[in-house]
Amino acid sequence: MAKNIRVNVEYLTRVEGHGNIVVNVKDGKLEECRLDVVESPRFFEGMLRGRTIFEAQHITSRICGICACGHSLASIQAAEDAIGFKPSEQTIKLRKLLLHQENLDSHILHIYLLVAPDLLGVKSFVPLIDSHNKVVRRALRMKKNCNDVCDILVGRHVHPISAIVGGFTKLPKKEDLDKMLEILTAMRPDMEATIELAKTFKFPDFERDTEYVALVNDSGEYPLLEGDLGSTDGLRLDKHEYKKITNEFVVPHSSAKHTKASRSSYMVGALARFNLNYKKLHPKAIKLADSLGLKPVCCNPFLNTVAQLIECVHSLEESIEILEQFKAKGVNYDEAVVVGINEKGTIPVRAGNGVGAVEVPRGVLFHNYEIDEKGKIINANCIIPTNQNLNNIEHDMRKMVPEILDKPQDKITLLMEMLVRAYDPCISCSTHFLDVKFVDR
Amino acid sequence: MKKPRVAFFDFTCCEGCQLQVANFGEDLLDILNRIDVVTFREVMSEKSDKYDIAIVEGSITTEHDVERIKKIRETAKILIAYGSCATIGGVNGMKNKFDLAEIKNYVYRNGAKYFETAETRPLHQVVKVDYSVNGCPVYRPEFVKVLKAVLAGIPYHVPDYAVCGECKLNENECMYDKGITCLGPITKAGCNSWCVNNGNICYGCRGMVTNPARDGEAEILRKYNIPLDWIVNKMDMYNKPRELEKQEKKP
Repeated sequence: MAKNIRVNVEYLTRVEGHGNIVVNVKDGKLEECRLDVVESPRFFEGMLRGRTIFEAQHITSRICGICACGHSLASIQAAEDAIGFKPSEQTIKLRKLLLHQENLDSHILHIYLLVAPDLLGVKSFVPLIDSHNKVVRRALRMKKNCNDVCDILVGRHVHPISAIVGGFTKLPKKEDLDKMLEILTAMRPDMEATIELAKTFKFPDFERDTEYVALVNDSGEYPLLEGDLGSTDGLRLDKHEYKKITNEFVVPHSSAKHTKASRSSYMVGALARFNLNYKKLHPKAIKLADSLGLKPVCCNPFLNTVAQLIECVHSLEESIEILEQFKAKGVNYDEAVVVGINEKGTIPVRAGNGVGAVEVPRGVLFHNYEIDEKGKIINANCIIPTNQNLNNIEHDMRKMVPEILDKPQDKITLLMEMLVRAYDPCISCSTHFLDVKFVDR
Repeated sequence: MKKPRVAFFDFTCCEGCQLQVANFGEDLLDILNRIDVVTFREVMSEKSDKYDIAIVEGSITTEHDVERIKKIRETAKILIAYGSCATIGGVNGMKNKFDLAEIKNYVYRNGAKYFETAETRPLHQVVKVDYSVNGCPVYRPEFVKVLKAVLAGIPYHVPDYAVCGECKLNENECMYDKGITCLGPITKAGCNSWCVNNGNICYGCRGMVTNPARDGEAEILRKYNIPLDWIVNKMDMYNKPRELEKQEKKP
């Protein structure tokens, strides 16, 4: 059927940041299919130059309000790598706990407030306040639970205060451990209810074989904070070789850079992690995946949301385990670090080049700093998960559009929006994004 | 009483202050009982160009931003600058230290020509602002205070005394006594010394007090042998766009 379709969604909603979707079909042939990123450039990498490595966490946390903890952790890791500082076991464990809260919080926000409205046929969570009051209350409650744990652990979730280079400026007291454990344990019934709700969701049927990239390791742990870089095409690289995975390039329609690895595009995020590390998930999460019928390698990007749900269970259960371990073994309070831009020189500094590679909610995040002998940043590079996904999203759109051309235009637009949202793109991070434009001729 | 129509907008920012709204938990529903949110792109597909109150996050960094904020100002009866980026320029302001063409080339190399950028400005340097919620991120209890003031039709004044006042009440050990530089003595209070309570220093995210205790500050710097440019460098992390105001005031 010869058909002309122009989709032009300007300022895509329910994503973090500003982006437009542009689709142009002429005589039944796809002529153009783009995801424009129209966020104003922010120049973080440029602004970091001349700042000390001890300020980098504070500054780069502000790249994104949604995954501020993730940016903080990647920044700290890059800084510590550059100066050759090895964090303690306790510090690593607390950072893992923080990262779990970040993933849990962000996934819940995405599943409930950004994706569920599409699946329940409404435009946002607002109409759901009346129609699904219990669901909305549960979503807000679960989100607040993660926030409350972050408040106790690092002062707040949006731009954490006490996680810095060297460790934590405050360590949880016994009553803090009890409180966090109480909040997370009490979250279990809400998680069960979330699973029941998710079982009713019908996701679009679409598949495209692509490369999946995530952290991998040789231990039994589901790698989030540390690991090598791996892909479903068999790549395995040390994190310092991240540029061999990302191969960034600039395209005119996007203020976020694009990436590619072994083939034309790759995907990062919950689904990529699931595809590479399924066996290392918490047993409860594996059980859930099995009951939902999600198996690696899954090539339906819409099911990224399901992978997020599975990760929620994983993060909740692992957080509880970490806290129980601290309760049993106690916290060593002598490890609390004193802040200041290292004014007292407590941590030795040297010239170097450091990389942080951390799995944040939307996929693997890289921070890379080159510093001088005083710890001042000479060069900085941050590669955001959404940037890595943009190219893959465009390839998905190009395969999907011809498959759905027989549908009415509003349905096509909705499906395109849902596809982009499934990736949970964070355009403030990657710079910002989304709007779908169909143009009639 | 008819609920006022509220629209959220964002310019150059991390959207973390808007996220603070979602972080109210179930209390958010009580807030939504008093206002009618008609536009909030981050979490809603509904949008409307008819609104009474505009809550604006982010700073102005392009010419397109200037046009957009002017339009919002024309439509809104009340405009609230929301968060550090909107009230003082925030971290985006660090860009102003660099030559714009140079920093563009540094980040985007040969792609630099695709992007426009201008010096970072807070909202009040471009349009009239009726209320300010300072902080990076905003402090939720203060946002509620401002919202109440707006609904009651009374003004809200951001505290114009130093963070140290609140910090003392929280019984924190003074950072200077630990030998560490902190911006608390010259930064506006209202955050309940959030960062110092959690073992960090004050970074000046709420902006500088109008009338800082200059002699006291000078004495502290002398006493602890701290060079002034350290303080200036730290202050520039959030407050660099202040300099644009100084320039404008010159005859």
